[in-house]
Amino acid sequence: MHPAFSVIAFTSLSGMGYGLAVVLGVGLLNGASLGGQIGYVIALLLISAGLASSTFHLGHPERAVLALTQWRSSWLSREGVLAIITFLPLGLAALGSLFFAADWQPAGWLAAAGALATVYCTAMIYASLKTVQQWASGLTVAVYLLFGLAGGLLLASGLAAMDAAMVPADESWRGLLPLALVALLGGWVAKALWWRRAGQEHSASTIESATGLGHLGKVRLLERPHIEENYLTREMGFRVARKHAVKLRRMALLFGLVLPMVALLIALFIPDGFAAVLLLHAALSHLLGVLIERWLFFAEARHTVMLYYGDERA
Amino acid sequence: MTSLPQQTDKKLGLVIDLDICVGCHACVVSCKEWNTGGYGAALSDQDPYGDHVSGSWLNRVHSYEAGEGANARVVHFPKSCLHCDDAPCVTVCPTGASYKRSEDGIVLVNEDRCIGCGLCAWACPYGAREMDVAEGVMKKCTLCVDRIYNDNIPEEDRVPACVRSCPANARHFGDLADPGSEVSLMVLARGGFDLMPEQGTKPVNKYLPPRERPAEPSSCGKRSASERESTADATGFFRWLDQALERMG
Repeated sequence: MHPAFSVIAFTSLSGMGYGLAVVLGVGLLNGASLGGQIGYVIALLLISAGLASSTFHLGHPERAVLALTQWRSSWLSREGVLAIITFLPLGLAALGSLFFAADWQPAGWLAAAGALATVYCTAMIYASLKTVQQWASGLTVAVYLLFGLAGGLLLASGLAAMDAAMVPADESWRGLLPLALVALLGGWVAKALWWRRAGQEHSASTIESATGLGHLGKVRLLERPHIEENYLTREMGFRVARKHAVKLRRMALLFGLVLPMVALLIALFIPDGFAAVLLLHAALSHLLGVLIERWLFFAEARHTVMLYYGDERA
Repeated sequence: MTSLPQQTDKKLGLVIDLDICVGCHACVVSCKEWNTGGYGAALSDQDPYGDHVSGSWLNRVHSYEAGEGANARVVHFPKSCLHCDDAPCVTVCPTGASYKRSEDGIVLVNEDRCIGCGLCAWACPYGAREMDVAEGVMKKCTLCVDRIYNDNIPEEDRVPACVRSCPANARHFGDLADPGSEVSLMVLARGGFDLMPEQGTKPVNKYLPPRERPAEPSSCGKRSASERESTADATGFFRWLDQALERMG
């Protein structure tokens, strides 16, 4: 599938933003502290930037509000509705944090629930498509949720370490580190299983079932309907990433898993101020890893349409 | 509303005969001609006279080879929207632009509501939907909804443009919900089939398979050269001539 940058940026940025909103909402990062205040600003910025970027690939962004109407059947619509609804408690919690230096727990919990539900819907947009076998799996949902949470926990632990650097007696923030580690490892275990499944399982659809000519024997494409590319072959027949998939997977693992994990382990043993700097860099590295992973998620996906253009399996 | 109707009164659709399609692309061209001036936005082309021509079309003809050796067959394969009963392109639409009509089962796009997100094209296993790059909205086969109910054109023209233009009569239009309709009888008689039934889309359009051919003729295939040149089965005058020439040494 063609990897539209706006969609990759949207799912990666908003995923991390919603992850941070969950951590703040359930009180793992104190919303009343400076770190919490910065956290709310970052979460809102990441989510808003993501949502804004998701409208860039639309043919008619001015009609985007119509996308909130079909939540009964469409995961994309549900995602939009939940994203808007989540802004209410999230905005309220941010208001309490920024202007009253308070942690308004009920709003926070609602925001956390809304954030998880929104990321779930984002993942279901792809996981519900039968046409792309690699996506149509619960693992897709697990990866989206765990990567979001891991990114949020990395950011939150950096911000909490910053708070702690200013109040040296308080070392409770270090409790976030094992949580971040668990989410990080969980996310990549899910992704490893996802990759393994993508390599082993093929769609039940073949060039024979697509044409219905299997009873005559093996089916081969003799002539395409057109010489040049068209919307379908550009959109569903993207090949660049598949060629470099192994290299790109290694890069995603390096930035998304190895560097943040090493940072988390080192942060256990160094002073708060250094830990804060290290962990915030680890969060950026994780975001870069997720961006590469998300690019592969789209670019490696095989769509059944390409069976009509000569692919033997999807 | 992007929820699918429980049931449609009619199931208007096409039956395409793969046995007699000659791959002339007349249906492709007449489809583009009618629909670029008809329902909704025009079907734009990009760089139409340049090196990389591209454009939106609602019907395309692929050509396949099936089988091996002398038994292999070339099959021309027209493909357009199948107006599925369980159309995944409809339910994924976030705006309600994509819908299936409860009266006749035609799947349409209300272009005034389409935001051009492209998700419906991803959800369609068949590649029946193409984004119009100039207009930023999704285009698809309308089953020529502006012809089939059109009282202003002669009755024989009230069929989809692709059906009207086919010189080989390989395309047929009708109500596939009516078991007595011509198209339903054709499907029954010829073993009409669905494309990718495993995708669970329940297409309305049906394809008729290429007919069985007689066994491989003796003049071709895997027999040796001397076998193919054998005159043992000649009769009458040619048998006499064959033997007379043989005797001459």
